[in-house]
Amino acid sequence: MSETLTWIMNHRPEFYRALGQHLLMCGVSMAFALLLGLSLAILIVNRRGLAFSVVNGVSALRALPSLAILAIMMPLLGIGLWPSIVALTVLALPPILLNAYVGLRDVDPDAVEAAIGMGMSRGQVLRRIRIWLAAPAMFAGARTAAVQVLAGATLAPFIGGGGLGDFIVTGISIMDTSRMLVGAVPIALLALGVELILSLAERLLFAGRART
Amino acid sequence: MITLEHVTKRYPGTAVPAVDDLSLHVPEGMTVALIGPSGCGKTTTMRMINRLVDPTTGKILVNGEDVTQVDPVLLRRHIGYVIQQVGLFPHMTIAQNIAAVPKLLGWDQARIARRTEELLHLVGLDPGQMLERYPAQLSGGQRQRVGVARALAGDPPVLLMDEPFGALDPIARSLLQAEFSQILKRVRKTVVLVTHDLDEAARLGDRIAIMKSGRIVQYDTPNVVLSHPADAFVENFVGVDRALVRLSLFTAGDAMTAELPPGHTGVVGLGSNLRDALALMVAANSDVLGVVDEFGALKGRLTRQAIFSI
Repeated sequence: MSETLTWIMNHRPEFYRALGQHLLMCGVSMAFALLLGLSLAILIVNRRGLAFSVVNGVSALRALPSLAILAIMMPLLGIGLWPSIVALTVLALPPILLNAYVGLRDVDPDAVEAAIGMGMSRGQVLRRIRIWLAAPAMFAGARTAAVQVLAGATLAPFIGGGGLGDFIVTGISIMDTSRMLVGAVPIALLALGVELILSLAERLLFAGRART
Repeated sequence: MITLEHVTKRYPGTAVPAVDDLSLHVPEGMTVALIGPSGCGKTTTMRMINRLVDPTTGKILVNGEDVTQVDPVLLRRHIGYVIQQVGLFPHMTIAQNIAAVPKLLGWDQARIARRTEELLHLVGLDPGQMLERYPAQLSGGQRQRVGVARALAGDPPVLLMDEPFGALDPIARSLLQAEFSQILKRVRKTVVLVTHDLDEAARLGDRIAIMKSGRIVQYDTPNVVLSHPADAFVENFVGVDRALVRLSLFTAGDAMTAELPPGHTGVVGLGSNLRDALALMVAANSDVLGVVDEFGALKGRLTRQAIFSI
């Protein structure tokens, strides 16, 4: 462990670059996945036929292992940071989209009935009622996706994406445990930290709003 | 105010229509209770008025306007709608819930605030306590009061109510029914009320429409429906206690005579209904009661004979 710390101290620029890459990869792919997933969910919630195919297509994506998704990107997009970001976006999309869709679809039917009955248009029901009531489900989806993306990013070195996973791959190939830990410990801390912060945020945001 | 002409609703894949060639006229300011066994088409009939359901054939006029010719979204903003489950928006405060329709109608902030407060008073809630609360913090009875206030917010001429008090406990229900009939006297709306509760229909309805298999079998005042059922179905539907339900339509004041009661008797208030008065007589094993006004002063006597012959 002390060897690990010493290595980091002696190779600070290298460590920070890898950490930066890791966070960039995760942040950008989460942003893409949120943008894509939430807008798709909103788009399909009032269109039953479209919803059926999108939901099934995305559910199928979920069955693919993270490494396979990364591997598929290589022949399609080559190697480097961008293919990794695309792969991670694909990884984050299912939990975000499915949670948001189910959340939007299954909001309290009485509130929706009342909203339609008082003269809200479909768009108004969506903007003023459904999205607000589905917010907790959307947040839960994003939380699941964030943890998956952080873990998935560890595999990015296999297609030249860089990030903290680089140290693990190198460590394994030169049989150096302390080098492996240079990647593994920060990755574990990141995942735990994000999970903790998001679960706290979830509680703060939605605690006051018990369901009727 | 509301007119249905030969309206039929046939759902695809069903042999019998849900509503079958139904015609109904609800004059302005009147409350009509649609009542009947489940599946008789009462809810479908009501939901066609604000176009939550579209009729297969026939014509529906609200305020002289054919509802199929107007945008359903705009139509609904001028028709209040109250449902059994209330359907308050859990993420909005009580103030925001009540303000929903006025906001859709584009009222300014000050007018909305005034209206919200006025309505909370009308339905017997304290604005100071209620405005900033969320629906989850209210009791069932309070929620339904807010539901009624929300439906009245845009001052619609027409109000549709789908079993509005059905989810409440008997005490809260009877209290709200009494208050609601007072509210109706003050706001003068044309109301269509769907219920399966004969007491509620008799209490709130100026007219009762009894439905069976998508048709109206009798449409008349509660008194006539209860005293002269049109056929065996209605007679069976209103039940063996219809005579008692009918008594609840009249007050002690309606049946009393001005002479004072002989000697010492039990008393009943002027405004109490005859059903309760009869119950008092049975309990006291007496044929006569004194009738008192709200200050307790004796006003006359009520005899069993007078109750039986009303």
